[in-house]
Amino acid sequence: MPVLVRIPTPLRRHTGGAGEVYAKGKDLGELVDDLDRQYPGLRDRLCDETGDFRKFINIYVNQEDVRFLDGRGSQVKDGDEVSIVPAIAGGG
Amino acid sequence: MSLRIPFSETEIRRYSRQMILPEIGGGGQARLRQARVLVVGAGGLGSPAALYLAAAGVGTLGLVDSDRVELSNLQRQILHGTKALDLPKVTSAQERLEELNPDVRVVPHRLRLDGENAASLVRDYDVVVEGSDNLGTKLVVNDACVALGRPLVVAGILRWDGQLLVVRPGESACYRCVYRREAPEGTVPTCEAAGIVGPVAGVVGSLQAVEALRLCLGLPSAAIGRLLLYDGAVAEIRAITVRPDPTCPACGTLPSKERGHE
Repeated sequence: MPVLVRIPTPLRRHTGGAGEVYAKGKDLGELVDDLDRQYPGLRDRLCDETGDFRKFINIYVNQEDVRFLDGRGSQVKDGDEVSIVPAIAGGG
Repeated sequence: MSLRIPFSETEIRRYSRQMILPEIGGGGQARLRQARVLVVGAGGLGSPAALYLAAAGVGTLGLVDSDRVELSNLQRQILHGTKALDLPKVTSAQERLEELNPDVRVVPHRLRLDGENAASLVRDYDVVVEGSDNLGTKLVVNDACVALGRPLVVAGILRWDGQLLVVRPGESACYRCVYRREAPEGTVPTCEAAGIVGPVAGVVGSLQAVEALRLCLGLPSAAIGRLLLYDGAVAEIRAITVRPDPTCPACGTLPSKERGHE
């Protein structure tokens, strides 16, 4: 069973509106590559030119912020859940 | 202790539906009467939050906002009506809240909260509800709350989505542990640029009121240190546990030179 990836609303236009998609990979870098294969353009929304995750987008593997893991090198395995959570800061 | 001050008959009738709850009762109602809550932003989030807090009998309600009421606000900012167009939002809000509940002391702060004035505002309150319209203000309010040890209920909304975090300084992750720094212009969209569905503001602002009441009542909250994610497009609320970042510039436990000061 591959990894479940939760796609936030602003990125769902890349996934045809899907809020939950599946991807494969040993670590987050591979997972993002697989996501981008399935949904072209998603990598650019998640990563900057250097390949690091963009600031203001938090990524959690099973509730753990990948900043506290190994960033793009964070290991993932079948059955894990990855959440992509951009800052939502409106209020007015 | 002033928990002994009796309630008038009208107070008992007004608050009867919440005083009947065993975890509130007369003692809890007295705590609410003594509580001072600061609501930052009298807009989409601040409207439902302030209305419910005033209705519940929070004794002192401070409101911070520098804007005036505009026609485009009225689709979601339910504190304000058509007659209030062009009035300062804090003035319109004060009138509405005092009409709703004359027991509440409403304190208008007609200014834009920033790093200079945040601490002096926050200091006079027990709990802070953050509903401003930008990440920079949320971070400034967070830092003041962390520095002064004031619990904070911070939220953001956009389109069909909302996020909420309750911060208990010293016990939980703070907002800056989650979102480290102010975003460059245009990186984190505003409601003005990207839109907002009115009742999404209502849901999330009401959640803020629930959490603020629990804090005032001294009740436990499962939202402390958990980022709640409301998705109105699929009718779902999820939570992600966020842990304190030892390198956080606001609340980090490492010596300051090892933290992420910019």
